[in-house]
Amino acid sequence: MTDSNRMWLTRPLTEGSTRLFLGLLAAAMTAVVLMHLVFPEGHALHMSIYTVTLMGKYLCYALLAVAVDLVWGYLGILSLGHGAFFAVGGYAMGMYLMRQIGTRGEYGHPVLPDFMVFLNWDQLPWYWHGFDMAWFAFLMVLLAPAALAFVFGYLAFRSRVTGVYLSIMTQALTFALMLAFYRNEMGFGGNNGFTDFKDLLGFSLLTDGTRLGLFIATGVALAIGYVLCRAIVTSKLGRVSVACRDAEARTRFLGYRVERVQLFIFVVSAMLAGVAGALYVPQAGIINPNQFSPIFSIEIVLWVALGGRATLYGAVIGALVVNYAKSVFTGIMPEAWLFALGGLFVFVTVFLPKGIAGLLPKKKRPDDDDSDTTAQEATA
Amino acid sequence: MSIFTEFTERDRVFDFLAPTASPVDVRHGPILYLEDVTVSFDGFRAIDDLNLTIDDGELRCIIGPNGAGKTTMMDIITGKTRPDTGSVWFGSRHNLLRMNEPDIASLGIGRKFQKPTVFEALSVFENLELAMAADKRVFPTLTARLTGEHRDRIGEVLEMTGLKDLWRREAGVLSHGQKQWLEIGMLLMQRPRLLLVDEPVAGMTEQEMERTAELLTGLAGQQSVVVVEHDMGFVRSIARTVTVLHQGSVLAEGSMDAVSNDPKVVEVYLGEGI
Repeated sequence: MTDSNRMWLTRPLTEGSTRLFLGLLAAAMTAVVLMHLVFPEGHALHMSIYTVTLMGKYLCYALLAVAVDLVWGYLGILSLGHGAFFAVGGYAMGMYLMRQIGTRGEYGHPVLPDFMVFLNWDQLPWYWHGFDMAWFAFLMVLLAPAALAFVFGYLAFRSRVTGVYLSIMTQALTFALMLAFYRNEMGFGGNNGFTDFKDLLGFSLLTDGTRLGLFIATGVALAIGYVLCRAIVTSKLGRVSVACRDAEARTRFLGYRVERVQLFIFVVSAMLAGVAGALYVPQAGIINPNQFSPIFSIEIVLWVALGGRATLYGAVIGALVVNYAKSVFTGIMPEAWLFALGGLFVFVTVFLPKGIAGLLPKKKRPDDDDSDTTAQEATA
Repeated sequence: MSIFTEFTERDRVFDFLAPTASPVDVRHGPILYLEDVTVSFDGFRAIDDLNLTIDDGELRCIIGPNGAGKTTMMDIITGKTRPDTGSVWFGSRHNLLRMNEPDIASLGIGRKFQKPTVFEALSVFENLELAMAADKRVFPTLTARLTGEHRDRIGEVLEMTGLKDLWRREAGVLSHGQKQWLEIGMLLMQRPRLLLVDEPVAGMTEQEMERTAELLTGLAGQQSVVVVEHDMGFVRSIARTVTVLHQGSVLAEGSMDAVSNDPKVVEVYLGEGI
């Protein structure tokens, strides 16, 4: 049994499953780093920096999938708009990276990013101020998606919108934001978005060292995000959220404010998605409104469904497997990818209703692995 | 004008002076007191001049044919339905007609609905844990720890409901009867003063019924229990006092034997072989 008397945040560290996850993640990352550093270029085991960055992007997706699994698997809210929080976090990071370019842009303007000079703007819009400071930008990476999720969630949950209606609204949210961000007048670079980033915290984004650092930072963020989600779902609040998922009215009757539980977990999930987006942008080298597209948000849900819902590690597995398959497929026969994805989804739904995680040896319930001593203790 | 008439009634405490948040006062015996309660739905009198008194620690069975107003009466007590006239008091201090559902629940009136609803994905133990009286806001819930005292309380309820050996099981795999007991257990975790139980043995086997009878009679004394039931055999096995409702008002009240020999009751239940 997870030690219920531990502080909630460190409680997952006593769990076997979380330790196993963190151990595997650390081992895999060490392997990637070593394959890049130790073996010389041309060696069979050498991993190019391009591949390392690709892995880093997969890890961003894995963190995003964990965020979606938190709200879908444990709270029963099927968000088809989590790409919006990912993109908002990404845009916050992108704004910082754009301000870092400084005079090195095409037009060499000391303050304005290139696209603003191109649009003949003569000063920064008010919401661009502060993004030249890293701490402010990183804070916004957390706060901007959180604010969006708070406003949206407050209105939706207070009105007791749930189920398919909520899913459609999240889809509409991300679609509306996509249309808005396509507009040049918004001041976010229109359909080109942001690109041509130069450096991050003073490190050039073009060097291998920075890219390796970003890969490691992403892995650490995934580990922290996983432990945080695990801490929430193993706390009493996690059990309340499962209760909200399965019998909302009954939970309310027990005296829990269901809409506040939903809002809290939704906002936490949005912040994790924002962090994933912020780490994705410097590795991908671009952020544009396509990141808001509804298809992307639906794809995230597919990763979680394929990996196995309400397990957290299943979300990670799903994100890695699907995106790896996507890279392979789009390399061989790009036009077949969507068919392959659809086929994979049908296959998993029919043959693996619990996703890939359902194939793994059944994880015991947290209460199962302690002996009867606690049973006596509990009933003494 | 009504304000002035309120002040002229010298035998009553002014409404605004009557305390709301204070312990239940049962010094005078009754824990629940319904007087002259009437409710009409579209002209139909579901409850018609109902008078009912439940003593503290009593186990009371309420029987009556369909449409006698049993469920409506429960709705009035729990604040779901407002009566047109009459008064409903909890102890001699709390006017239930001036309180809303959550307030009434937190005052210590627990209601068990006919269909059992437990959290199927959670274990029996966790179901009871969530039902426990505690600070239920988001952050205290997030940081909540299970103390020895909590475990003792959960253990006590597991013992009472006979689910001790099943505490680690998922609630979803329990039988119908076990789910009913678990739900009663969840109500007990909130330490209610008064339990309203709606048809607890519907769909139960003989043995499960016996077990439920034991459970409910065991609770009386510490809690007041009001049971609404159709099954006459079951009522006979637990009841000390039985109230017969008919067309929204009390037809007869007394021991099971006295009630079942009452000619008026026999007439209402004609052919049902009470």
